[in-house]
Amino acid sequence: MPGWFSASLAIQASYFVTAVLFIMGLKRMSSPVTARSGILWAGAGMGVATLVTFLYPGMSNYGLILPAMLVGAALAWWSGKRVAMTDMPQMIALYNGMGGGAAAAIAAVELYRGGAGGYVTGSLAVLGGIIGAISFSGSAIAFGKLQGLITRSIRFGGQQIVNLLLLAAALVLGALVASHMNAGAGVVTGFFVLALVLGVTMTLPIGGADMPVVISLYNALTGLAVGLEGFALDNAAMIIAGTVVGSAGTLLTQLMARAMNRSLGNVLFSGFGDTGGEATGAVTGSLKPIEAADVGVMLAFASKVIVVPGYGMAVAQAQHKIWELCQLLIDRGVNVRFAIHPVAGRMPGHMNVLLAEAGVPYDLISDLDEINAEFETADVALIIGANDVVNPVARTDKSSPIYGMPILNADKAKNVIVIKRGRGAGFSGIENALFYLDNTRMLYGDAQKAGAELIAAVKAVG
Amino acid sequence: MTGMVALYIFMLAAFTGYEVISRVPVILHTPLMSGSNFVHGIVLVGAMVALGSAVTPLEKVIGFIGVLLAAGNAVGGYVVTERMLEMFKASGSRARKGTH
Repeated sequence: MPGWFSASLAIQASYFVTAVLFIMGLKRMSSPVTARSGILWAGAGMGVATLVTFLYPGMSNYGLILPAMLVGAALAWWSGKRVAMTDMPQMIALYNGMGGGAAAAIAAVELYRGGAGGYVTGSLAVLGGIIGAISFSGSAIAFGKLQGLITRSIRFGGQQIVNLLLLAAALVLGALVASHMNAGAGVVTGFFVLALVLGVTMTLPIGGADMPVVISLYNALTGLAVGLEGFALDNAAMIIAGTVVGSAGTLLTQLMARAMNRSLGNVLFSGFGDTGGEATGAVTGSLKPIEAADVGVMLAFASKVIVVPGYGMAVAQAQHKIWELCQLLIDRGVNVRFAIHPVAGRMPGHMNVLLAEAGVPYDLISDLDEINAEFETADVALIIGANDVVNPVARTDKSSPIYGMPILNADKAKNVIVIKRGRGAGFSGIENALFYLDNTRMLYGDAQKAGAELIAAVKAVG
Repeated sequence: MTGMVALYIFMLAAFTGYEVISRVPVILHTPLMSGSNFVHGIVLVGAMVALGSAVTPLEKVIGFIGVLLAAGNAVGGYVVTERMLEMFKASGSRARKGTH
């Protein structure tokens, strides 16, 4: 080997290539045409970085590293392959939490060892450790909530003060550890326990409807924690990848919160999101049920139908049935469009993923801005398991928690058909004024079953 | 790496992340969140180094958990992102066929 070559140079060069591949990969993932190749680029970068890390000078414990990698990879592969598309949000939360936990574990190994580096390195390791630990336990709670393992949002008086005290205590212990004063193993343990508890108490009061924002926030936090641990380990690949994810994730979180007309602080600290309970603004009128056969006729003879999917469609896995129904209508010459609210479902783009899975072409799917003017010319607005995103109260009632949120103007359509499992209010707990309008009819039932009935009804029209 | 150089890298990487995502259509938000979730799976290399240099049993146990979690982040993130984007490819080609 030539004299200039060393394992260290090979590692640094490979990490550089990895950083380039990650950034190019993310760039490609931000356009529908190149998105699929983007993950392949990023995957190649990960492969290069992982392989070359085995050459790290002074590495030992290969007998532990390989089994840990194999077990973690196998479990994640198995769970990632078999999870249903509707459950993607909580899987992202789970994998994200694992990343945060790993960042915290790196910090823990360094800090229990007694911090080989100086104050700066120690402080960065501590900061990455607390953020990683919060992301780990917080993501676990988010997973539990979306998976239905945790159904209640636990709130008590003075919760924010308790959280602040926990944070302050964790930071004090962290400062002790970072400054090498008195940093016994007990202090390090106390530091991590406090951070983990803080992640739990921060996430428990947040309602299910706000979970997408929370998951996105923890995604950004994990990125930041990875970047900070990268500084502590002097690892360029971790610094760049972690920081890029940290800032991209922060922007994505802001975009999501804005689409819901909420500030991030509001999401984290107001405790709104799944109870609400007290119905604001009395709604007049009554709910008017309709039979599937009547809806079938209405759809078959319409010239323009706009479908508004929501979480109800996702839960019922009804996207295939709905697309089958729409294809029947398109064959009859009906102009069918899909209107997607930015926060329909549990994540931005959640509905697009499901519709793409069912095979709905892009050009039939429109954003809120593109389609809102078209509701006035639509004969039927078909609402499938969506609720708050079509509630006209957001335009009119200043006292409503969702006042000011941009909504789909489904109420402007000539007829509104709402497919809904039962009479319950939406995730926000607010009564939906749309359901009580004169031009609205309710088709009760699971979206999958209702879809099948509508297909039969349209076919029966002949 | 000196402190100032590290700070510059941090600043430039932060701008890069912001720019990469700022012109993304809403339909790609979930796949992109998943993709960035995969990218911070790079924590795996740090966890490998941490476990690789672990000496005491405590360090080894924590390092082992770290590598296991990090491998889960990387592989799980890849698998779910790839599955989501696979569907976009399929629907994209169908849409193109339709317009011809």
